[in-house]
Order: sequence, then structure tokens, then C-alpha cells
Amino acid sequence: MLFTSYSFIAFISLLFLLYYIIPKKGQWPLLLFASYLFYFLCDWRYLIFITVTSVSTYLFGIAIDKVNVRQDEYIKEHKKELSKEDKKIYKAGMKKKRFRLILMCLVLNIGILAVIKYTNFTINNINGIMHAFGSDNTIGFVDIIIPMGISFYTFQSMGYIIDVYRGTYKPERNIFKFALFVSFFPQLVQGPISRFNDLSKTLYAEHKFDIKVFTFGVQRILWGFFKKLVIADRIVVAINILKDNPEQYGGAYVFVLMMFYAFQLYADFTGGIDITIGVAEAMGITVAENFNRPFFSKNIKEYWNRWHITMGTWFTDYIFYPISVCKPMLKLSKASRKHLGEVIGKRVPVYLSAFVVWFTTGLWHGASWNFIVWGLMNFVVIMISQELKPLYVRFHNRFNVDGKRWYDGFQVIRTVLLMSAIRMFDVYRDVPLTFKMVWNMVTDFRISSLWSSTMLNLGLDIADYIILFAGLIILFTVSMLQRRKAVRERLWDKPAVLNCFVTWLLLISIVLFGAYSIGYDSAQFIYNQF
Amino acid sequence: MEELLEILRDLHPEVDYDTCDTLIDDKILDSFDIVSIISEISEQYDVTIPAEDIIPENFNSAQALYELIERLSDED
Repeated sequence: MLFTSYSFIAFISLLFLLYYIIPKKGQWPLLLFASYLFYFLCDWRYLIFITVTSVSTYLFGIAIDKVNVRQDEYIKEHKKELSKEDKKIYKAGMKKKRFRLILMCLVLNIGILAVIKYTNFTINNINGIMHAFGSDNTIGFVDIIIPMGISFYTFQSMGYIIDVYRGTYKPERNIFKFALFVSFFPQLVQGPISRFNDLSKTLYAEHKFDIKVFTFGVQRILWGFFKKLVIADRIVVAINILKDNPEQYGGAYVFVLMMFYAFQLYADFTGGIDITIGVAEAMGITVAENFNRPFFSKNIKEYWNRWHITMGTWFTDYIFYPISVCKPMLKLSKASRKHLGEVIGKRVPVYLSAFVVWFTTGLWHGASWNFIVWGLMNFVVIMISQELKPLYVRFHNRFNVDGKRWYDGFQVIRTVLLMSAIRMFDVYRDVPLTFKMVWNMVTDFRISSLWSSTMLNLGLDIADYIILFAGLIILFTVSMLQRRKAVRERLWDKPAVLNCFVTWLLLISIVLFGAYSIGYDSAQFIYNQF
Repeated sequence: MEELLEILRDLHPEVDYDTCDTLIDDKILDSFDIVSIISEISEQYDVTIPAEDIIPENFNSAQALYELIERLSDED
């Protein structure tokens, strides 16, 4: 069931109604039922995978906590007879036990994810290697189902188990409540990756109907539909033509594709997240924000702090930090300082960990070299900008440009262009073609080719371009307004008639200008495949 | 404490570490800075700050960070 399908609208409408008329105690069990029903309606086989992850993570969480409790009790009971050294040895032994448990949980769940997502990618690479060595043998691909949102709910569950292991919070004792945390249906399509201590505050709470909260939720859903149906699904037609016919559309058209894809991805992904957050919000549940106006970032590092935030913080907290501050890494850093000098030695933990993070980020996005190269390109650009930092500071001081509006604007545009260029690796069918097309864009731009009628042969007519342009202007204006105060808050402060009118206008524009027709189920979200 | 301040000043000389208690909240220190600080602390104090202790409360001020180092050296 797609977010943008008629059946989804019927599904959430009925759910909202039931959610507020049943006794409050039944609200979270209703959500669990709805989430499993949602998943069942998508494909009943998905339920097997999500149940395995939920049950195993739940049990390992309880088991890890038991070790913690036993440790605390033992130390309390034997406080007098244990020396500092004894305590240390005992604690180390218990830590090993907890580590074995978490390792089993991680291997099981990441293993499931890896087998499902990367078996055919591995086979493809093995075939490639065998072919390179002159062998005619090939291994056949395996037909595996990929449960919707498996990357998201696996990462969310693994974040939970790591937090329980670290003692950040106690594990959830109610297996059904935990199952809801893993399967909460608005998040299943494309995240965000929530943290248990954040989401659980409102997920299991009892919620009275509040007109403001409900209106905000519905407005957010409509805003998501607007982005997805009016902008993303309209522009995708041209994107498909441009990327599938690289021989025909080189030069300036590569730039057009680059910008179209940037707009599409933004409208598609943020639109989907708006629907997710809006559905939860309409029921009084707070889901973590995943974006903070990323296209206004002044550098790539800032961009990654504002785009897909929950994924970025997940990788930072659970991969980047553990690798960069583990004892072997610190030893390596020490050795590097000794043999390679202070300057290089200092950088070893940061560089190595960042490399691993970006490699896995790429791999997480998709089982193909396109995504791996995309991840590594991000790594390279971030590291270069990190190294050039002193130079930037000198430049800013010398020319006194810091804080100047025109210079801020320049930095924003530069970041958008850079990120859009790197994102081209998601677009074309393979890595060599991407390099070729980007090179072609730089060396054979020919802007005059855009003035021909070819722009109207991309599946979009004048009316489509006008709607797209207007849609993007609205998107930009809303982003600018959000800087000081949320637009919905501003509207709420105005007379109710005006608030209703604007909401109605948004609905009408989706109905009139959305890229669909009768019986049409809109395109799947891009991030759904991850 | 002076050694710690030196490590911090080396990264961001413009910050007043005596008064600033929002190093993380105000995004003055980023993840790269944090890893550099931990690596330096490991060198200077022979203390390893584990990943679970990398939370804003421990890194928001020089004082909080110093207290963390003391606690960890005590545990060692």
C-alpha cells in the first residue's frame, strides 16, 4: 500500500476515527494492529521478517539488562569484601557476557539484512571477477523478497539494542509495545530512524482529541502530498527520459537532469517524511524531524547535519564514534603519530572512521557500486573541505566576507551544486557512464541547446513547467518563512477562516495539479527501496 | 585542567572555555573535533573515553569534560 494511494487515505481516515473513539487504553494496541495490518496488506511475507527482528531484539534486550541487574546486585551485596581490583575484574567479565549477547543480536539481524539486500550484488561481483579471469561460468541470481523498510526498522532496532547495552535506558518489558516501536507503520515506508527514548514518550501515551494537533497533522500530510504529487511525480517523467537516453541528452541536459533530480529527490523524500510525521502528529505522536531546510546549507558537512538527520546521527553514534574511539584505533593513532608525525597521526582515527561510515552509508542506500562511489565521493569532498578549513578562514578574514548576505548566498548555491553533482551517481545506470556524462556536461555545455524545442520533448508540456515552477516557488517561500516560525503556527494565529481557506487551497491544488489520474497509484517513494 | 584547555584551544582558539557550556548544543564542536579531543586525551591522560560517554552533557563544557576524565581515571 503506497502512501499516495487511495487505499492509504481510506486506511488512515478509518484509523484516525477509531483512534479517538475507542477507550484511550486501546490506542497503542490499535496502532500495533494497524501497523501489522498495513504490513500484511503490502505483502504478508514481510511479517515474518519484522517479527523475527522484533522478537529477537526484545529478548536480547531483556537478557542484556539481566546481566546488568545481576552485576549491580552482586556488587551491592559484596561491597565490603570486594577490592577495587576485584570489582574491575568482575565488571570486565560481565561486560564480556553483555558483549556476547549484543554480538549475537547484531549478527542475526544485520545478517538478515545483508543476505536479503546484498546476496545478488555479491553474486554479480563474483560473476564479474570470474569473467575477468576468462571463466564462462556464472552463478545464477537468487530470487529474494526485500521487505519494505527493512533497512529502516533494522537500524532502529539495532540502535535500541546498542542503547540498552550501553545502559542509556532500560529495555521495554512489554513485547507488544516493543513490536509497535519496530513496526509503527508511518515509519515503515522510508523512516525516519527513531530512537526508543524519543518515540516511546508519545507512542504509548493516551491522547485526547485536540483540534490544533489534529489540524497540524492533516496540514503536514497535505503538504507532503503536495510535494510528492505536484512536484516529484511530475518531474520524474523528464528525469527518466534524460537518464535513459544519455547519448541523446548530453551537455547542458546533464545539468538539467542534475537539477531536476535534486528537486525530485527533495520533494519526494521530504514529502514522504511530511506524510509520516503528519500521520503520527494527527494522533498526538511525535516522530523525529528528518530535515532542517538542507538546501540552505553553506557547506557539505552542514548539509549532512540537515539532510536525513536521523540516518546521519545513527551512523555517527553507532558506527563513527565506536570505531574512532576504540582502543585499537587509539593505538593506531599513537603509532601513526610516532612514525608519521603529529599532523598525520592526529587524522588517522577521523579519516579511517569517516571512510567506513561513508562506505557503509553508500552500501546502505543500495546494493550497487553507484551508491558506494556516491558515498565515497561524499567522503572525499568532506575530507578536502576539512583540510581546506584553515585556508577558508584566512580567505574569510582577508576579504571580510563572513556574514555578508551575498557570500552566504554564494556558499548555499555552491553546496547545492556540489551535492547535486555527487548525487548523479544515483541517477545513471553505472559509475563509468556517470563520470562520462558529468565530464560531458563540463566540457560540452552548449547552453543554446536548451532553447530548442527539446525541453518540450521530455514528457512535460508548457503547463507542466508552469506548475513545476510555481510549486518550487511555493516550496522556496515556505522554506524562507519557516526560518522564524512554522507556517502552520503562523496560520493558526490568523483567523480560522483564513487557516481553513489555505488548507482548502492546498487540497485543491493537489487534486488539480497532482500528477495522477483516475485509477492511478502514484510512483513509489525513492527512499522506499532502501 | 590546563592540558585539557590547551587541547580545546588548539581546535577552537576563539572560544572562551571558562564560560562556554554549550559546546555541543551550539554546534561549536562537531564529530571530527570530538574524535580529535578523545584521541588527544588518550595521549595526555592515558584515559579512553568510550563511545557511550560521548553525550552532550559530557562535552558541553571544558569543566564537564574534565569531570568525565577524572571519573574515568578513577574507574581505571
